Amino acid sequence: MSDDHDDSPIAARVRELEAVLEEKGLLDSAELDRALEAFAHKATPANGFRIVARAWVDEEFKARLLDDANSALPAIGLSMGGGLQVQRLRVVENTEKVHNVIVCTLCSCYPIALLGPSPTWYKSPAYRSKVVSHPREVLKQFGFELPDDTEIQVWDANAETRYMVLPRRPEGTEGLSEEELASKVTRNGLIGTAAV
Amino acid sequence: MSERFRVGDRVRTSTVDPDHHTRLPNYVRGRVGTVVDSDGVQPLADLRAQGVERPQPVYVVRFTARELFGHGDHTVTLSLWEDYLSDE
Repeated sequence: MSDDHDDSPIAARVRELEAVLEEKGLLDSAELDRALEAFAHKATPANGFRIVARAWVDEEFKARLLDDANSALPAIGLSMGGGLQVQRLRVVENTEKVHNVIVCTLCSCYPIALLGPSPTWYKSPAYRSKVVSHPREVLKQFGFELPDDTEIQVWDANAETRYMVLPRRPEGTEGLSEEELASKVTRNGLIGTAAV
Repeated sequence: MSERFRVGDRVRTSTVDPDHHTRLPNYVRGRVGTVVDSDGVQPLADLRAQGVERPQPVYVVRFTARELFGHGDHTVTLSLWEDYLSDE
């Protein structure tokens, strides 16, 4: 582990826990360093923006992404293997008729190894408890109003699979490059609390 | 590993409120939903938390908001281990 020590109580608890796990042979500190390095430098929402932009311009990539996201990611140099274990990613597509929203009601499951840490609000009890029962109202609080006839599908990441939303490509973006398209996507768009 | 349920099957979730770790959220207990996909084979979270690795099929199950909350026109989809499910 790094020698940069934080004095907060939670940091002290983490250090103690880490020491116990190492002592019991349950944790290899070199493996932990490798995982943290991957998290810190490779996991970022920009990965999600690139995935979305590629799906918007490449039908074959999109079909594979929706069918088996883990197998589609290597085509653009990404994988779900940044963490301690490879997690399954499911990408759900927004259409004219269906809008998807992601939550983890039990804790805060999120594709961290790919997209970096989740937003603070994603972990809040208010979001987690309300979005499953009143998604339309919650989206309004994000300033995002859906047409009445759009069906909302909420995905609760309660098991091992992690989720990402594939937003709809905005109108008027026909002439844009893949890089320019990626710059249109936001982190909230990947969770479903924004249109893009 | 053979799967007990298939896509399209109607299933009911367990009503048991265990005193150990589980990944069946309270709001979805004792409710009827439809299997929409398989989510592979994963170690049952309840046992894994007790140090026992017992992989079993996991199903992607969709519920209507009306079934879960008595109101709403949306759906909620979860991944549920076979142990959590029975025939409707």
